[in-house]
Amino acid sequence: MADEVRLAIAADVDVVQARQRGRELASEAGFSNGDQTVIAAAISEIARNIVNYAKRGEITLRLITNGDRQGVIVIAEDHGPGIRDVVQAMEDGYSTSGGLGLGLPGARRLMDEFEVHSVIGQGTTVTMTKWRRKTS
Amino acid sequence: MEVPILKQGHYLIASIQSALTDADLSQLREALITRVGKFRARGVIVDVTALDVMDSFAVRTLRDIAHMARLRGAETVIVGIQPEVAFAMVQLGLTLKGVATALDLEEGLAFLNQHPEGRLPDRPSPGRNPRG
Repeated sequence: MADEVRLAIAADVDVVQARQRGRELASEAGFSNGDQTVIAAAISEIARNIVNYAKRGEITLRLITNGDRQGVIVIAEDHGPGIRDVVQAMEDGYSTSGGLGLGLPGARRLMDEFEVHSVIGQGTTVTMTKWRRKTS
Repeated sequence: MEVPILKQGHYLIASIQSALTDADLSQLREALITRVGKFRARGVIVDVTALDVMDSFAVRTLRDIAHMARLRGAETVIVGIQPEVAFAMVQLGLTLKGVATALDLEEGLAFLNQHPEGRLPDRPSPGRNPRG
């Protein structure tokens, strides 16, 4: 597999595909089975957010290195309605779609780095990174 | 992909074979709730051993299945949550609170046999709250 994968997200099958590709890439980078699951779960949450709120978007999965550290970066981009209140959207249990409201805050807990950039009427970009632990 | 549902005595056993989309999960929920009535089932086991990820939608659907089945008179047990999956679920904040779980199919069946419908320890016993 290449070091970068770009996936169109527009339906629930794409959500499954995105988390499976994320797991494959993480496995290739030497992440433990536990970390692969964590990465796949985080991808699943943000991919579903794209389908639920923006209808369509794109997820980029990339292997990165920083010195002797290796990691996986996940970038989820859409041109949907944007998030009115990012601080509120990051709170557990807050949802405007009738879901559990654990998507963004849950994904943030799963990953090492997490950033949301959203502009009303223009779209949302979520960038999240997981670093491989030295022992794994 | 449709999840096969087997009938064994008074129990229904749904054995998930591969990754499921949200639509597949919703379909499983409808099929189970319908069949609880059709087969007069007292217990439902959902075997998730094959799932390598459980996200918020999957957990919400399993919780809904358990609560809906209970309203229809059947107890649900979720069996086979893998250790890595459990770890990721806890990090996500997903707990399956109020839903019975067991290690595997065997333990799930044992649980249902020990807790016939209406006698789960976390449910109020009849008569304790006569006005409720």
